[in-house]
Amino acid sequence: MREFTDRALDVAKSAGASYADIRIVRQENQTIGVKNGIVATLELGGTYGFGVRVIADGAWGFASSNRLEKAEIDRVAKLAVAIAKASAISKAEDVDLGPPEVHVDTYKTPVEINPFDVSLEDKVDYLLAADKEARAVEGIAIAEGSLGFLREAKTFASSEGSYIDQELIETGLGFVARAVSEGEMQQRSYPNSFGRHQAKVGYEFLAQWDLPGHARQMAEEAVALLSAPQCPSGVKTIILDGPQLGLQIHESCGHPVELDRVFGTEAAFAGTSFLTPEKYNAFTYGSDIVNIVSDAVSPGGLGTYGYDDEGVPGQTTDIIKDGKFVGYLTSRESASQLRKIHPDAPARSNGAMRASGWHRLPIIRMNNVSLLPGDCSFDELIADTDDGIYMVTNKSWSIDDKRLNFQFGTELAYEIKNGKLGQMYKNATYTGMTPEFWAGCDAICSAEHWHIWGTPNCGKGQPGQVAHTGHGAAPTRFRNVQVGVME
Amino acid sequence: MLTVLGETRLAEIAHKALRAAEADQTEVTVTSNASHLTRFATNTIHQNVSETDVTIRVRSIMGTKTGVASGNELDDEGIGRIVSSAETIARFQQENPEFKGLPEPKPIQGVDAVVQRTADATPMDRAEGVEKILKLSRAAELEAAGAFSTEDQELYIANSLGVGAYHRGTVASALTVVMGEDSSGYGAAASIDIADVDTEAVGRAAVDKALRSKNPVKIEPGEYTVILEEEAVADMVFFLGYMGFGALAVQEGRSFMSGKIGEKITGENVTIWDDGSDPRGIPLPFDFEGVPKQKVVLIENGIAKGPVHDSFTAGREEGAVSTGHALSMPNTFGPIPINLFMAAGDASKEEMLASTERGIWVTRFHYTNILHPVKSLLTGMTRDGTFLIEDGKITKPLVNLRFTQSVLEAFANISMLGASVKMVKDDWNSIGHCVPAAKIDGFHFTGTSGS
Repeated sequence: MREFTDRALDVAKSAGASYADIRIVRQENQTIGVKNGIVATLELGGTYGFGVRVIADGAWGFASSNRLEKAEIDRVAKLAVAIAKASAISKAEDVDLGPPEVHVDTYKTPVEINPFDVSLEDKVDYLLAADKEARAVEGIAIAEGSLGFLREAKTFASSEGSYIDQELIETGLGFVARAVSEGEMQQRSYPNSFGRHQAKVGYEFLAQWDLPGHARQMAEEAVALLSAPQCPSGVKTIILDGPQLGLQIHESCGHPVELDRVFGTEAAFAGTSFLTPEKYNAFTYGSDIVNIVSDAVSPGGLGTYGYDDEGVPGQTTDIIKDGKFVGYLTSRESASQLRKIHPDAPARSNGAMRASGWHRLPIIRMNNVSLLPGDCSFDELIADTDDGIYMVTNKSWSIDDKRLNFQFGTELAYEIKNGKLGQMYKNATYTGMTPEFWAGCDAICSAEHWHIWGTPNCGKGQPGQVAHTGHGAAPTRFRNVQVGVME
Repeated sequence: MLTVLGETRLAEIAHKALRAAEADQTEVTVTSNASHLTRFATNTIHQNVSETDVTIRVRSIMGTKTGVASGNELDDEGIGRIVSSAETIARFQQENPEFKGLPEPKPIQGVDAVVQRTADATPMDRAEGVEKILKLSRAAELEAAGAFSTEDQELYIANSLGVGAYHRGTVASALTVVMGEDSSGYGAAASIDIADVDTEAVGRAAVDKALRSKNPVKIEPGEYTVILEEEAVADMVFFLGYMGFGALAVQEGRSFMSGKIGEKITGENVTIWDDGSDPRGIPLPFDFEGVPKQKVVLIENGIAKGPVHDSFTAGREEGAVSTGHALSMPNTFGPIPINLFMAAGDASKEEMLASTERGIWVTRFHYTNILHPVKSLLTGMTRDGTFLIEDGKITKPLVNLRFTQSVLEAFANISMLGASVKMVKDDWNSIGHCVPAAKIDGFHFTGTSGS
């Protein structure tokens, strides 16, 4: 591979690049879907190619190709430089990458069982067993389960001297049972909704989450929801379960701390951020028990890796410390930009640049953005709540372009009365403004209830990129939240 | 210049795979694209990218068992490996008694969707187009962000029953959000012809709104008459298609049209259809099984008519035929329409405004999502130009509002429709929907933002 990476970097420099890097990426994936007792989809996919990123005349250029051949490498490297030079006509200032990053290393996702070594038969049997359990429940119209496995091998080399090989492996799984009556449809998903729960782990994930052992309960809850009353509206105390809280963190903390959004480069698509630079180290984001970190190193997190796609080591950084906003997710360029505003900000990137594949330019992406655990058990949290709603598993999400006003819906909710869970409710939603909402956070369950929930469907960028992110979360209580808008 | 491969080369790849196949039936899909995008923010170009890729996807059928494999390594060995993987999976698979086989060939009326100057656009062409927006933004002391993209894409679908369908199309798209301290405005244009994408007009529209939306005020959420510009209407029409215009959603009872075909579901002034051959959109004359797309009327004068079918859903319903709306098969979601049109009315936006005593002008929506598909209930935010209307005039810019609204209920309350339609391109895919602006009474706003 060195032969190709050296060639790309040499050609780019000869064409006028002051900096160049190349990523050669091979992705293989396997997806299996079972629906109502039939193996509806079974697909193997793969993609292979390379992308060359350069700075020339002080501006960025990027080009990519699916043909890893010498002549094609020459063409793509020269094209990247030509594009950089065209971009330079409207530049405000030269790109500043900050201190050089030079790393020669290899990294592999640690797995107990490589999912690509397990037979398709075992995988299908696992899903069919879950499907059978769900469809044994009267009233289930649609039972759907899926497994997904991804292996990504990538080589990064830069003109600064980095050369990094990584092999990342992901395993994902999910199940949904849907019950339908006239004008109504209700669903329950396990362990998470919208496809699946995913992590940087091996096939051992399937035994850990045991879809067949939970499918019947999901089906029973979906049927029960059809006749459950609408969740009442009002300003209430709510407790969010881990998966729902994971998405709340993703949308209302993870995205607004992406420094490229803050500096406006996502403004036309995903939006900007209310966490503008003057708020850095000077803004109360939430109550003093709120501690949120950016973490690329926790074992098993979907956002765990050795190095980002600029060759910066994965690391852990404080984002919210005792309720105060103290850190962004950064790239090399944006870290330098921030330092011009805040000379005390770190000189180096905290390693959050990732691309969805060889054909995309890295942009700032969440790794595992997690709310650190508190100290109570789930039973203690419920017992300590006189009047509230417990909301379980995300069903809908929406947030404004600055990440302030949000509205979420959950698949299931329960009344909490006098310290006990009671009536089941359907169609629960809650809405609020980010800082007010997090200011109302007054109890977080302990590490025993904490888990990194995978979000394998985070969209950002133009052209669009889908990233895989993780969010550590335990059940958490919030006071004074507006519940419900549905009639 | 990066280019696509052309019909001959795509056909060669597809037929090489078909020759290597040993399954009872085989379908091969080859896609090739050359895509270029120039992205800008804070009044400078910050991202400029270019990519080419060719992918092959093989669906192998053994009896009623199906296996699929895909990849982008297209030498003989690579193609052989993909075919062999698909067949291994198919052999291993289980029978699916509802699967009736691949579609037979049918005549396809091609659509001329290639504009060479779009395919030939250079990074400098795009940079110059962007510079027109940036110049206007700088002159107004505002900041512009956005993207100008050109795409050249082709698709070849062949199967062992004789289907051989080829389509090539170009798309050019420019959009910008122009921002002030507390304001923003939006402009966008898209067409198969780059000459139709007037970036100066796009920039002017966005700058005008950014200037007019300074110092926004909050308004109490509640029911308001709204004037929705085309981008906002397109968002609602897109979600209707996604939630319920497909046959599988209807068959499974998860569509708002389930059990309602032939019934009135919107106002009489609403007619929506899908047409993959109309060059006002982003045409695609056949679906991902190579079946020619029919023009399908989904709602006619308020009456539910649809839905669209693929070969699988048609096989499950007596008398139904595929209307040419398959996505990549097999899938568990079912067919959806991707070339939607909504019939225009006869009003200008000025007439809508003049006739509104009190209401809200909405430029576009942001982060719309589904709350309840059977009730067609959506939530989302307004963005980049929300204004209060009083006595027939825009009087104040407003802080963005959250809506929570059933689309069908909104479409039952349309009092005026724009006299022309605009093609609004999807942010993620090369699909576009053509819709008019609309004046709607009793629209539900349920929250406000803080900026």
